[in-house]
Amino acid sequence: MMDAGRHPNIELLAYSEVEDVSGYVGNFRVRVRKKARYVDEKECTACGECVKVCPIVRPDEFQQGLSTRRAIYIPFPQAVPSAYVVDIEACLGDNPIACGKCIEVCDKKCIDFDMQDEIVELNVGAIIVATGMDVYDPTALDEYGYTRFENVITSLEFERLISAGGPTGGHFVRLTDGQTPQRIGFVQCVGSRTSNPARGNPYCSNICCMNTIKDSLLLKDHYPDTDITVFYMDIRAFGKGFEDLFMRSKAAGVRYVRGLPGEVVEDPQTRNLRVFVENTTAGRIEEYELDMLVLSIGAIPRGDSELVKQLLTLSRTPEGFFMEAHPKLKPVDATTKGVFLAGCAESPKDVKDSVTQASAAAARAEVLLSRSKIQVEAITAVVDEAKCRQCGRCAEVCPYSAIKWEKKQVAQVITAACAGCGTCAAECPFDAIEMRHFSDQAIFAQIDAALERDPLSTIVTFACNWCSYAGADTAGTGRMEYPPNARIIRTMCSGRVAADFVWYAFRQGAPVVLVSGCHYADCHYINANRNTVRRVDALWEGLEKHGLRPERLQLEWCSAAEGQRWAQIMRAVEELRAHVTAEEVARTMEVLREAKVPVSSQVWKLKEPTPALLRCMRCGHEWREDYSAEKARNEERMCAACRSSSVRVLI
Amino acid sequence: MKDDLRIGVFVCDCGLNIAGSVDTEAVKDYAATLPDVAVAVRNKYTCSDPGQAEIRRAIVEHNLNRVVIASCSPRLHEPTFRACVQQVGLNPYLLEMANIREHCSWVTLHDRKAATRKAQDIVRVAVARAHWLYPQDEEQLPVTDAALVIGGGVAGIQAALDLADAGHQVYLVEKQPSIGGIMAMLDKTYPTMDCSI
Repeated sequence: MMDAGRHPNIELLAYSEVEDVSGYVGNFRVRVRKKARYVDEKECTACGECVKVCPIVRPDEFQQGLSTRRAIYIPFPQAVPSAYVVDIEACLGDNPIACGKCIEVCDKKCIDFDMQDEIVELNVGAIIVATGMDVYDPTALDEYGYTRFENVITSLEFERLISAGGPTGGHFVRLTDGQTPQRIGFVQCVGSRTSNPARGNPYCSNICCMNTIKDSLLLKDHYPDTDITVFYMDIRAFGKGFEDLFMRSKAAGVRYVRGLPGEVVEDPQTRNLRVFVENTTAGRIEEYELDMLVLSIGAIPRGDSELVKQLLTLSRTPEGFFMEAHPKLKPVDATTKGVFLAGCAESPKDVKDSVTQASAAAARAEVLLSRSKIQVEAITAVVDEAKCRQCGRCAEVCPYSAIKWEKKQVAQVITAACAGCGTCAAECPFDAIEMRHFSDQAIFAQIDAALERDPLSTIVTFACNWCSYAGADTAGTGRMEYPPNARIIRTMCSGRVAADFVWYAFRQGAPVVLVSGCHYADCHYINANRNTVRRVDALWEGLEKHGLRPERLQLEWCSAAEGQRWAQIMRAVEELRAHVTAEEVARTMEVLREAKVPVSSQVWKLKEPTPALLRCMRCGHEWREDYSAEKARNEERMCAACRSSSVRVLI
Repeated sequence: MKDDLRIGVFVCDCGLNIAGSVDTEAVKDYAATLPDVAVAVRNKYTCSDPGQAEIRRAIVEHNLNRVVIASCSPRLHEPTFRACVQQVGLNPYLLEMANIREHCSWVTLHDRKAATRKAQDIVRVAVARAHWLYPQDEEQLPVTDAALVIGGGVAGIQAALDLADAGHQVYLVEKQPSIGGIMAMLDKTYPTMDCSI
């Protein structure tokens, strides 16, 4: 911490927030609001005279509210920068008639209530997101009695209570009577690993098992006679040296009970806790009397992650942590070029893993910063200004905000920010956007060529580069045999597949068309494949309107790892194709000769959840559900019967 | 421009990986019949040094301006072959790959006729696409030599220090009045059981 504060190459902007980020890889422009501290950061010597006279008392956030601070305060003694700050919401002094005592005692005259927020503009080439995590609030888990019983505390409160810098100076005591507890319990997985959203999150929070093991050792170290019981589901001590610590904890006499408490009751006289638990190793209900219970709370994404996501056009996992560009090959790159992830913002992790990832992110950023120029692959979008009718649809669908558009203005592509997904080109109603290297003409030529020989036995297949095409590669690597009828046309993203292409393929005699891409959570272009679904929904409606079987258009998500799934999709689609007759194809070609390409779907106009019938376009399985456009955007559809992604919503 | 298209098709055996289930000779012969194909060649290993040398020789000899390589997935060897054609002055975006291994020979192991036919189709689709490829220039962008680190917890501090030590200007932005984050609240940390700050 100290090193970061005094490094000549680091400008520390504490008590500051990023308000706006524009630009692109190598050339970001950032606006930061440096909030008024009301204390001159450089002049303050942290002598503490001001605190002695401040009349306002507030709970101390750093101490988890276990002690108090004044309106003028320093978060903790080793704070960097080592300067006081005024909590202006609480302070009376912004009206000097009311108070102003601190100003009087400050010898260096560094308190200034006229101080204003300052806006700082920065130019940077790379951004590292290390925004951290929040902790789970266990109040909702009523059976543990947190907030009802004072001697039930969280693991973070435990940290403060046992710390020499904590509210009790490191004397570990109960909050109710100031006595050192003799019998302490720890409850694991609080707010983690549950399928019930009201009781926390489905994921493992990674750090809590080891944190408890560490806490048990600290207690045994300070107070060897303490009786410690840990209630757990599984102990996950998988890291280097972790198992050793676990064994040390057991050897020190810490009792590990497999089972989470079902009920905690407080004795109103002694304020002791009675804990009831099913010991699943012994196969019996047990009761423990404890002086204190520590809830090992899980990690959750920070409350302001959505804001950060929007500032940097990042992408989040369903759990809410920031998503990496690739889980194995680009684990610290964010989905936006030039942005990297470090620490718990990406997923819950301990200090060692945070440091490791931070060094990796710094190295990745350095690859960028150490070059004077970078090259961008020539697969970006180009607007034909003569054709552009200034409608702005392209800017609306661009996942990267790489298209600049204002009313009555021709759309402009910021090439450096463009990732080349092509969903803008597919969306443009006026053919005014061309993708470099993945042109419309090339794709139409590929469709023609695919259908040149024996079209009736050909499945025109669009596959996105990152997932489904790669999934097909995986099927190959694994020698998974499947029928040889698909002819694959590779696009960077399934969002590149314009409704035109599908319509054209049917008009040219395709019996079946398959559009395939990444699963919702994996879309390589943040969320570009939502546009794929919207277009396929419109095409299904359009085919039906013309009396054609909508199931001849199939939509499938397949990840790069799902070779088996690809082979299965190929078999299923071939079965569909085998049932398309020459007469049906001939009729399709006839009907579609003059038919307009359908571009909008009913489903995507539903503002409110509306009763709908969902039908699998592969196996015919049907079910009912309330559906809305929002659900279409956020939830991947899947048939419960055959696991196909070709699920149509009928209203 | 369309008038003087000269496409070269290079069909790879990949040892027996492709030739084991596809009649690559028939694929090569078929490729030679496709529009604007000036030359079709069959190789045992196209990605090997001799294989690549043959591509370069053919480009010069036949004055090729489009190249189709029928071998493995572009996700594997597109960068290899782009570099290869570039060595003799061909723009790397004038290269197209026909994936007749992962998408064909390896998934159609027991029907040589069907596999060969599929490989021919894949080559035809690739040649059709090659007609619509144009030279592309990769844009060069300047880079501002400075980094922003958002968040002053342990991860942000470490990233900032590493970058600063490497000589880059770093702006470390922290929402709270002090850096340190959650780490600073911890008493001791595992596995070393030492002080967190």
